[in-house]
Amino acid sequence: MKKEINPEDFASCPLPISSHDTIQLAHGSGGRMMNDLVQKLFLWAFDNSELNRQDDNAVIEIDGNRFTFTTDSFVVDPIFFPQSDIGELAVNGTINDISIGGAVPLYLSVGLIIEEGFPLEDLRKIVVSIKNAAEKADVSVVTGDTKVVNKGKGDKIFINTSGIGVIKHNYKIGPEYIKPSDMIIINGAIAEHGIAVLSKREGLSFETSITSDTAPLNDLIAKIIETGGDSVHAMRDPTRGGVAATLNEFAASSNVGIRIQENQIPIKEPVRGACEILGFDPLYVANEGKLVVVIGKEKAGATLNAMRAHPLGKDAAIIGEVVSENPGMVSMQTGIGGWRIVDMPVGEQLPRIC
Amino acid sequence: MKYIDEFRDPVLAGKIFSEIKSVTTGNWVIMEVCGGQTHALIKNGIDQLLPDKIELVHGPGCPVCVTPLELIDKALQIASIPDVIFTSFGDMLRVPGSKKDLFIIKSEGGDVRIVYSPLDAVRLARENLDKKVVFFGVGLETTAPLTAMAVHQARIEGLKNFYLLASHVLVPPAIMALLGSPNNRVQAYLAAGHVCTVMGWEQYIPISEKYKVPIVVTGFEPVDLLEGILMVVRQLESGRHEVENQYARVVKREGNRPAQELINKVFMISDRKWRGIGTIPRSGLVLRPEYAAYDAESAFGINDLSIEEPTECISGLVLQGLKKPYECKAFGLKCTPQTPLGATMVSAEGACAAYYAYGRYNDGAAK
Repeated sequence: MKKEINPEDFASCPLPISSHDTIQLAHGSGGRMMNDLVQKLFLWAFDNSELNRQDDNAVIEIDGNRFTFTTDSFVVDPIFFPQSDIGELAVNGTINDISIGGAVPLYLSVGLIIEEGFPLEDLRKIVVSIKNAAEKADVSVVTGDTKVVNKGKGDKIFINTSGIGVIKHNYKIGPEYIKPSDMIIINGAIAEHGIAVLSKREGLSFETSITSDTAPLNDLIAKIIETGGDSVHAMRDPTRGGVAATLNEFAASSNVGIRIQENQIPIKEPVRGACEILGFDPLYVANEGKLVVVIGKEKAGATLNAMRAHPLGKDAAIIGEVVSENPGMVSMQTGIGGWRIVDMPVGEQLPRIC
Repeated sequence: MKYIDEFRDPVLAGKIFSEIKSVTTGNWVIMEVCGGQTHALIKNGIDQLLPDKIELVHGPGCPVCVTPLELIDKALQIASIPDVIFTSFGDMLRVPGSKKDLFIIKSEGGDVRIVYSPLDAVRLARENLDKKVVFFGVGLETTAPLTAMAVHQARIEGLKNFYLLASHVLVPPAIMALLGSPNNRVQAYLAAGHVCTVMGWEQYIPISEKYKVPIVVTGFEPVDLLEGILMVVRQLESGRHEVENQYARVVKREGNRPAQELINKVFMISDRKWRGIGTIPRSGLVLRPEYAAYDAESAFGINDLSIEEPTECISGLVLQGLKKPYECKAFGLKCTPQTPLGATMVSAEGACAAYYAYGRYNDGAAK
């Protein structure tokens, strides 16, 4: 039987809903929807020059001394995952957000929101993790808060940490200082934290040796600044939204183009395998111990070597460069030599049907 | 990674590119049917490296895109019912109905869960006997055996709280509908490798003969796709029209017989509406009468909904290769990657998003 297709019958393909009256999970996933919320609500409400920089920390000047200040909340589920837990994550995440501005982290606050009925033994484990992580990074937890909510009104435990660090140099580091010809370095293999957490999620248990990469980056960052000096233009830890979101944020905030090379991006085989099975693009998977460094070409080689001499940077690699063409856009030369756009994620990555 | 890296080898890919260039003399329009292949072509930048004489157009084999709007709305209604655990594959959650998507239903308190296998939904039914567990099964022939197995398993276990909302479509009738259309421009097809893993490739022989088109069963890695394109171009250049199998390491002529038997045991063929195309005869799967108790549509008494489709976006035409993205009035103005009107603009890998980038930057989409 012959079926005639009338072009006028063609309606639209389904398109994601982009405006909502209520908060959706994607508003917190580090992608375009969250960015929209930040732009339209938070920047509007709190409008000030420091916030408007939209870095992961604020740089505050008091009596000629410069400090960085940051805050982060942790709601990861499961709370215990391969080689780490929510406590260690909460310390390292805030230390890293302080350090990427080139500051030395000093003091942390820890706020706990705990669900009624939460096992005290689990809380003890988490607090010990917080203690160990703080000691490892040489910071002190100097203030805190505890709230307990009714059973069912929270999910086990949520942690907020805030932190302060001091900037001991005169370099200016931030996405606004990125310029064409800069090189882009990453300190090691990507996508490990996201896949490690996913491997323990209900309904998706798969056997894997992949562990979270969570680590305090302050010592590595100190080495980078020591070697790179004022050639270090920007640093960021690519957490939610992965390396793709970080590079897109860099490209947008400094109005430059970024080109990366797929075959230069470090990734371990089990992580690649897991991403293949799940239909995930590792560029969009979360990291907790990775650092993207944007640095002037003149110091890129020396800084790369300094990073490789550090335990947290032994697999460091130059993955791309900053260009003046296509401002605001991140593109990648694929393994077989073609080019593709690496766009800002909309929300969380969803496993594909086939 | 074994069985992957060999098929992403840049040296081998380069050789096939050169071969394609040397054999191509005519202008050829080739359609890849499967959304997974479209994704791989654009993700690897293959389309940009091919000779200008070869035009790739992207077919309707994206089961998410062709699921009718009214079925999505039915899914949203069922997912909103208290005591229902509504399960589906991850990428259905962001697909919008006429007003909401499954994420919104979830935020309103609906129990919506992502599963990785339909059998996980059966497990949920077993573990939650006081709830009604619905699996929203969307896909081509590739995923139909999994859905069939879930229903079959629920029946064996005697589960009374498992239901299926199904939208399984079949590829060969859609290819015939496109080839039979007076607007057709497509001269050759890359058949979807994974569909053929289940169904084999015998059923494409009569299509190739009737419409005199080369059809090459093709895999999903760069070297697979390039080899498939080379095989198709060789046929076009020599005036042949045959079914060939590039994906022989996975696809057998007769396919996977036990999987086919399972599909036939649980489902029967029926007419099916494709979003953007309309009803195609004998192009979908519905539950057989003996499995009617598992049919979510009748179990929840959701009547046929009548939904007006938006008409502004022409992504359906783009997918047929009948219009280029820049021929759309909304392109680049009302419709941009930040404010997409249609699926082809939503992701960076969509045809419209890629053209948007070309238009803005004369030296190529990305480079």
